Amino acid sequence: MTADAPKILARNVQVHYADTHAIKDVDADIADRTVTAFIGPSGCGKSTFLRCLNRMNDTIDICRVSGRIELDGEDIYDRKVDPVRLRARVGMVFQKPNPFPKSIYDNIAYGPRIHGLARSRADLDEIVETALRRGAIWDEVKDRLDAPGTGLSGGQQQRLCIARAVATEPEVLLMDEPCSALDPIATDQVENLIDELRSRYSVVIVTHSMQQAARVSQKTAFFHLGNLVEFGDTDQIFTNPQDPRTEAYISGRIG
Amino acid sequence: MTDQAPQTEAQTAHRSLYAPDARTRRRNAAERRFRLYGLIAVAVGLGFLAVLLTTIVRNGLPAFTQTHVTLEVALPEAVVDPAGTRDPALMAKVYTFGYEPLLDSALAAAVAGQGIDTDMTPARLGRILSAGAPAQVRRAVLADPSLAGQSVTFRLLASSRVDGYLKGRVARADLAQDRNLDPQHLDIVDELRVAGIVRRGFNAGFITGADASESRPEQAGIGVAALGSVFMMLVVLALALPFGVAAAIYLEEFAPKNRLTDVIEVNISNLAAVPSIVFGILGLAAFIQVAHLPQSAPLVGGLVLTLMTLPRIIIPARAALTAVPPSIREAALGVGASKTQAVFHHVLPLAMPGILTGIIIGLAQALGETAPLLLIGMIGFVASTYPDGVASGFLDPNSAMPAQIYEWAKRADPAYYERAWGGIVVLLVFLLGMNLIAVILRRRFERRW
Repeated sequence: MTADAPKILARNVQVHYADTHAIKDVDADIADRTVTAFIGPSGCGKSTFLRCLNRMNDTIDICRVSGRIELDGEDIYDRKVDPVRLRARVGMVFQKPNPFPKSIYDNIAYGPRIHGLARSRADLDEIVETALRRGAIWDEVKDRLDAPGTGLSGGQQQRLCIARAVATEPEVLLMDEPCSALDPIATDQVENLIDELRSRYSVVIVTHSMQQAARVSQKTAFFHLGNLVEFGDTDQIFTNPQDPRTEAYISGRIG
Repeated sequence: MTDQAPQTEAQTAHRSLYAPDARTRRRNAAERRFRLYGLIAVAVGLGFLAVLLTTIVRNGLPAFTQTHVTLEVALPEAVVDPAGTRDPALMAKVYTFGYEPLLDSALAAAVAGQGIDTDMTPARLGRILSAGAPAQVRRAVLADPSLAGQSVTFRLLASSRVDGYLKGRVARADLAQDRNLDPQHLDIVDELRVAGIVRRGFNAGFITGADASESRPEQAGIGVAALGSVFMMLVVLALALPFGVAAAIYLEEFAPKNRLTDVIEVNISNLAAVPSIVFGILGLAAFIQVAHLPQSAPLVGGLVLTLMTLPRIIIPARAALTAVPPSIREAALGVGASKTQAVFHHVLPLAMPGILTGIIIGLAQALGETAPLLLIGMIGFVASTYPDGVASGFLDPNSAMPAQIYEWAKRADPAYYERAWGGIVVLLVFLLGMNLIAVILRRRFERRW
């Protein structure tokens, strides 16, 4: 595999919810160690497409996905693929912080435990500490790892969820509007964190805020009515969009 | 639109906040009226509850006390052990008829000892005692043969008429038609009572004892029937708990949403509303006539109640599972948990308080259920002996608490009526205990998120 081969490759992806054609013929290459932002108006399919990348849509009965999505050249919708193993490699952070109603420690340790990543208690302690450090929340919680994760503030909870997602050593991190429930200060912290995560992971972030996309991403994809309208370098999308729809959205005329 | 006042010139002009308009007054009046209706409804409910509870307690409490006669009974060897071997097997050949004269003369001696003058024969005097008293003495002698030849003090049951007299249920006038007791007996009882020989005390036998024949209400207890209820509840718990919870989890978390599961769902809801007697006749047909399980057995009763309880467990269990926010499932799936792991590690613990409450409420309903037991023969059967062992507890004919209460309420003797109320008190204590457990479990398992 060459160095610039895409981490995730999507070709001809279609998603149907019962009779609704939610994603139409999307092709996308998502690079490794890069932040890719998905932008677009509500209901354009950006979250749906994101959830295709770790097969979260499998849990929705009426959802059908066709086309081809590859992770490192392997088709993730192949019949031999167990979505559980896929999700260990493609982690996800959700819109609303959703820590388990357990201790901070158990929140992080849960993933490594079920995947058997730790051989001993000391191992697990180390994994938890590393994950919390990567989640940029270690200093705030190191003295109260036994406290419930649900007792943290919204921004802390979201960083805890990011730490939880990185604890299983994923290669790709999917984030579905991770800052929409946070205040500006917490948003800033999470954005800085995303920038740091880029050195290890391929990060895909769905966002409603174009400023955020411009701040954190290197690549931007603009979705509209289920189509991937334009996909390119973030600078180019925001300064010199090729498609009139992209331009209309960025300048605030649609959306 | 209804909330918007129509635009008129008067209203577009200055309106003071201090002066409520007619519309606001009407709305506030409607709200006050509604609150009043609610308060009245609650007050009426509480009033009925208070009446119910005081009636139950007032009528039921007398069953927990019983009149006893304390007598020193001589047990001559010639009567209780004619062979002189002290061998219980041989001594058992002396039936209660043999003991009766001993008690009669003991009573006569006690009466004479108090200086009470009477022209009644000892046998007639003996009607003060319960017909079950000789059996009590005989059991004691057979359990300890060395008592033969001695004089032993016994606390013997008084007859239900005497008991009723002490409780104010029987008056002298009532005895005019009575062939067992006449007012003269009551005069003697009065004097024996002053002497402390006849005394009304706590009646442990009512809680632990077995049912008795129609002529000996003073002997009847609810203990054996309560044991029958306990065995039935064990069956219900062992079957309804795993099947109900498993069905709820499967339907809620795993089942595909299609027409078949829709039909199943509708049917479960409908089953919860099916009258319990329908389950009774189903049990009669399926378990007794087809499967040939023993009649009147707590096992069959438990199976029937399981059928009845299952939908009542499944429905609240599903509601509890639905109430767990989907974000928890997504979080678990997102870190790579399998569906089963997500359910058992995260969803189920959060739904546990609700599921447990549902189970215990279901069990409590099953405990109080009478109608299905009617059809499998657990009513009308006199459970007069304790089951010997666990297998016998499940398979031997027995009754259940509500069935026993129904049985007592049917009987003519007012002494049994009193016992029916007493049985209700015991049943309510059981139910209260179960509800208490539900509350405690709920507190313990409750977690915030």
